Amino acid sequence: MTGSWTRFNIVSIVAGFAFLYLPIVLLVVYSFNESKLVTVWAGFSTKWYFELFNNRGLLDAAWVTARVALVSATVATVLGTLAALTLTRYTRFHGRVLFSGMVFAPLVMPEVITGLSLLLLFVAIGLDRGFVTVTLAHITFSMCFVAVVVQSRLLSFDRSLEEAAMDLGAPPVKTFFAITLPVIMPAIVSGWMLAFTLSLDDLVIASFTSGPGATTLPMKIYSQVRLGVTPEINAVCTILIAIVTVGVVAASILNKRREVQRQRDAQAAMRS
Amino acid sequence: MKRLATAVASRLVILIPYLWLLVFFLIPFLIVFKISLSGTVIAMPPYTPVFSFSDGVSGFFANLAQLGIDNYLWLTEDALYVNAYISSIVIAAVSTAITLLVGFPIAYGMARAPAALRPTLLMLVILPFWTSFLIRVYAWIGILKPEGLLNQFLLWLGMIDEPLIILNTHTAIFIGIVYSYLPFMVLPLYASLEKMDYSLIEAAQDLGCPPIAAFWKITFPLAIPGVVAGCLLVFIPAVGEFVIPDLLGGSRTLMIGKTLWSEFFNNRDWPVSSAVAVVLLLILVVPIMYFQQVQARTQEQDR
Repeated sequence: MTGSWTRFNIVSIVAGFAFLYLPIVLLVVYSFNESKLVTVWAGFSTKWYFELFNNRGLLDAAWVTARVALVSATVATVLGTLAALTLTRYTRFHGRVLFSGMVFAPLVMPEVITGLSLLLLFVAIGLDRGFVTVTLAHITFSMCFVAVVVQSRLLSFDRSLEEAAMDLGAPPVKTFFAITLPVIMPAIVSGWMLAFTLSLDDLVIASFTSGPGATTLPMKIYSQVRLGVTPEINAVCTILIAIVTVGVVAASILNKRREVQRQRDAQAAMRS
Repeated sequence: MKRLATAVASRLVILIPYLWLLVFFLIPFLIVFKISLSGTVIAMPPYTPVFSFSDGVSGFFANLAQLGIDNYLWLTEDALYVNAYISSIVIAAVSTAITLLVGFPIAYGMARAPAALRPTLLMLVILPFWTSFLIRVYAWIGILKPEGLLNQFLLWLGMIDEPLIILNTHTAIFIGIVYSYLPFMVLPLYASLEKMDYSLIEAAQDLGCPPIAAFWKITFPLAIPGVVAGCLLVFIPAVGEFVIPDLLGGSRTLMIGKTLWSEFFNNRDWPVSSAVAVVLLLILVVPIMYFQQVQARTQEQDR
């Protein structure tokens, strides 16, 4: 339904996007501010970025965060994909209601509850708080997000392809790797990216489950933010925003290109 | 042999995530409940032992006898906790309503945009969600504080004579929640509005129905699944929100996520913070179950 895009529609979209993006844009702009005072513009400068490289604590935290995010996103993607397969393919088994409850509840569960409960678990089983516990915690909540992303792809999946493969004698496990996995791959990739950024962003759960020597970047940023707004923090945030933006945009362009290629292949197949 | 391999594989597909979630999601809640019944001691971990067989069977029962609902009684006796729960629910409800009012026109505009433009618009709504929550809340401090950018702008325009006090008030929390959770509202709204058949509205208007009446009679009822999902996605996490009230609300704001945090990190009172978490969970259990039902229903429809 085009042609009925009214001026009201356009104004509300523009205003909405301005609201969403203006704070981020201002944050980025002021990271290039010469002045120590964040809100007074005193000329363009990149000195805060160079300052970052001398900040040992910040660099250490960034390294911890990167490792936690890489490991937890990868494990969460495997577990989340299995959970999505369970939700869509096995509609009858004991405890299915409980299972879907455990997949959906973490999506809306307040982080303070998840963080506290995981910490108490780790203390109860005597696991020392640190890199491992933060990673386990991040796997647990991000696998549910992966499950939802992959599940939506599995639901729109044409099962006749799988049936055709099985009719031709392919065993189910082989069918999964030859047919299903390539088709749902884009969803798995975006699930991984989502899990990665969730881990990169998390402050509350990491604060509960982390211990000495495993301070993550958000925890570091938070402790500095409490002392006041500084251009240095703006610079860290700008770098993080840049990484995420480049990643998301690149993934969506790749996805689009693959989609176009797929359509071209399908047309070629139809013609021949 | 092959059949056996298949059977084992399909068992594993179910079992691995199932066991993971049991161990790392469900069992921790039972531990929280258990510890909420124990007393505080100055030790590490700072609570009295609950179920431990290290002192033999008699020690086990002695520990069990010490369990009690003292922590829960404490929550009802101190007005601080009751007020924190009530104010969290009120703040979350008001913010959810504002988010709906702000999000609806955006989702509606997106759903009516030319089809070629929609994926880009969708991407633009999702993108801020990918950037850190903490960073987005932090960005508002620089804007809202008394010498911040908003006040500078308004002073320059001449609309105000002295800076507005916004930071460390409820207004700042509302702005923070609406801003951070807006994509969660817009996406489900857009999903249900996009499926709508707009010729219905044209038909109504041809029959002389004024646009506002057509909106309430056709558009809004059709958007209700999106409204429900969006409101739940905003309301439930907002009740337990910590970062936003902590950074934007100042020290006087009472919200239960903050109370739990300071009970845990500042007072080091694990049993009381566990009791706070259990009560918060009880408050949220109905909306969470409802959310799961909504999710399951949309899944059935898509199948």
